[in-house]
Amino acid sequence: MDLGFSEEQEMLRTTARDFLDNECPKSLVKEMAEDEKGYTTELWKEMAELGWMGLTIPEEYDGMGMTFLDLVILLEEMGRACLPGPFFSTVVLGGYTILEAGSEEQKKELLPKISAGDLILTLALTEPSGSYEPDAITVKATPKNGEYVISGTKLFVPDANVADYLICVARTKEGASPEDGITLFLVDAKGPGITTTLLKTIAGDKQCEVVFEDVKVPKGNILGELDKGWGVVEKVLAKATVALCAQMVGGAQAALEMSVNYAKERVQFGRPIGSFQAIQHYCANMLTDVDGSKFITYEAAWKISEGLPATMEVSMAKAWVSEAYRRVTLLGHQIHGGIGFCMDHDMPLYFKRSKAAEPTFGDADFHREMVAKQLGL
Amino acid sequence: MHFQFTPNEEAFRKEVRYYLEREIPKRWRELGFGLWEETDESWAITRDWNRKLGEKGWLAVAWPKEYGGQERPVMEQVVFNEEMTYQGAPTGVETMMTIGWVCPTIMIYGTEEQKQEYLRKAAKGEIVFCIGYSEPGAGSDLASLTTRAVADGDDYVINGQKIFTTMAHRADYCWLAARTDPDAPKHQGISMFIVPMNTPGVTVRPLTNILGFHSFNEVFFDDVRIPKENLVGEKNRGWYQLAIALNFERSGVAAPAGAKRMLEELVEYVKETRRNGEVLAKDPLVRHKLADLAVEIEVCRMLCYRIAGMQSKGLIPIHEASMGMLFGSELMRHLTTAGMQILGLHGLLNRGSKWAPLSGAIMRGHLASLSLGVGGGTSEIQRNIIATRGLGLPREPRV
Repeated sequence: MDLGFSEEQEMLRTTARDFLDNECPKSLVKEMAEDEKGYTTELWKEMAELGWMGLTIPEEYDGMGMTFLDLVILLEEMGRACLPGPFFSTVVLGGYTILEAGSEEQKKELLPKISAGDLILTLALTEPSGSYEPDAITVKATPKNGEYVISGTKLFVPDANVADYLICVARTKEGASPEDGITLFLVDAKGPGITTTLLKTIAGDKQCEVVFEDVKVPKGNILGELDKGWGVVEKVLAKATVALCAQMVGGAQAALEMSVNYAKERVQFGRPIGSFQAIQHYCANMLTDVDGSKFITYEAAWKISEGLPATMEVSMAKAWVSEAYRRVTLLGHQIHGGIGFCMDHDMPLYFKRSKAAEPTFGDADFHREMVAKQLGL
Repeated sequence: MHFQFTPNEEAFRKEVRYYLEREIPKRWRELGFGLWEETDESWAITRDWNRKLGEKGWLAVAWPKEYGGQERPVMEQVVFNEEMTYQGAPTGVETMMTIGWVCPTIMIYGTEEQKQEYLRKAAKGEIVFCIGYSEPGAGSDLASLTTRAVADGDDYVINGQKIFTTMAHRADYCWLAARTDPDAPKHQGISMFIVPMNTPGVTVRPLTNILGFHSFNEVFFDDVRIPKENLVGEKNRGWYQLAIALNFERSGVAAPAGAKRMLEELVEYVKETRRNGEVLAKDPLVRHKLADLAVEIEVCRMLCYRIAGMQSKGLIPIHEASMGMLFGSELMRHLTTAGMQILGLHGLLNRGSKWAPLSGAIMRGHLASLSLGVGGGTSEIQRNIIATRGLGLPREPRV
């Protein structure tokens, strides 16, 4: 039992923090929330040069071959910096799906491009129902003339507006169970029949509606096995859920630090407000939530990294962190008072992100139900 | 980073579990050790049990061998504590205080004679201490205590009153904090003494706790005369010795380990119990309550392991330990609150009724959990420590 990071991991964190402090100021974050694209090519390229896109891609595909736990450190720092852009979509949702399901040929074709920062991917999973359950997959892919034709609407597709490819989770068969008959397709995001509409979101993140109208996809673009795609989705969702927790943990840490610093500086009644017990106890509760969130996230990440079963831990992490991040940002706002309510301040960035992350990949209730099942209930 | 115990630790866990499963009669669980349910019978069982563990060198597994321990690493002590609590072994508060607080302080600050006199006997389960800290006017503000110890020839003469002294009626000695310099600033005039409980002038008056048991007491000291060699450490430095003497295992893993057992029992109960024509386990509210607790237990476990991990590396956890205590005590309140809600009217029944689910353990645990955010430093004090020591917030002006 060792809850500390290695020296190399601490170095990765320091490098990431320094880089993001310099290259991703909050002014950029706020600008990108308003921007159509939501990221700058300069920053994207610099991140690729640091090897971040290929951090966990095996070396044979031009990646750095590091572990999922290492990626979690990086994501934590990205959450702290509120890094805008399609990193999560490309690396976690796209990259891991290809690693998990892609043929050798597909991996050789796509992974080096991801590593180089030359490819933006995303996963088109959820639909207007907003559900992460397999029975919610209704977008149809029908075989026709040796290819597949996809029709239907995907909703809450992150970064589809800038993606080169969408990995579309589609129904190819009405199977015996909802899981049966789901297939993953690699689809040219700018191809004919695809209409992508940017949605207005709470945190300025780029969520899209993607309408598929008779979109033709060659058979060779199937990722993994026909009709057996849901198993892949589950594995990718497990990683994505923990990856999101890591970002949330980083954000919560930042909100905590900002609030503690403010409590030390802000003077009322002739004393820093941080010397009042009410504020101290808010801060103590925030630190407890942040620390608890870290370890429950690291535990799940470590298990995934080691290839151990982690269903329980993944859901425990998301159930806990979803609510802890919310509590932390709420108390942070309370400590900041009126100034935190101003758009110019940084606190709203975190509050909005905590809200955006809560239902993503299943909210606390969804994951508590998963835990209940694991408990044998 | 590694989230598993080593093969050595797991082997020790197995050994401990095997022993406990064999040696603990089912009936003991009914007696509810550790829930403040102190009786003559539970005391007799605990005392025998401690001596048995002492024989094996298991009462103080992390202590140096010369004092009757096994010099096991912190993580093995953690594993041991987890198993003891999970299996419902008698782990009385007095044992925890004696082995975990008092004796480690003697180990650091005591004279060789004191170490020889008390440590081996304690590790064998032959003696226990009660702790004379709290007074009617000194709770969270412990340093304002007024019990006096005045030097007189070769003796100290003690006068004053302690309160909430757990197990004073069973203890052989009192580990007493008393004021030796009333003119010094309040933290700088306190000294630590060992007072045999059979010394003339010591009077123990029982207090009945919320569960209806006699577990703690008022203790009165009227011209109690003890020899000067019963002072431990430096005169007037008692307060600072207390703060440092916490370097033995203090992860608090007992809380999540005990909670896990209780949760498992609740899970079994809801799977077997029907209400309104439906198995309770199918009720989404029940499912979510139990799942929520499972998550909280896991978070608690991690916070406790962090403390043990720091201690393994020779670091002294301060706010981390406060966080573990705070989280553990709140966990027990949440767990038993949810348990009471799930059990409904039946949850109000105590052992002895055939209608009492889990022999009333949830109800008694719920009452007992009230003490957890109070004893050994209130939740508010723990939060103060987290804020000032952990986050560097300025201290509140105090007298």
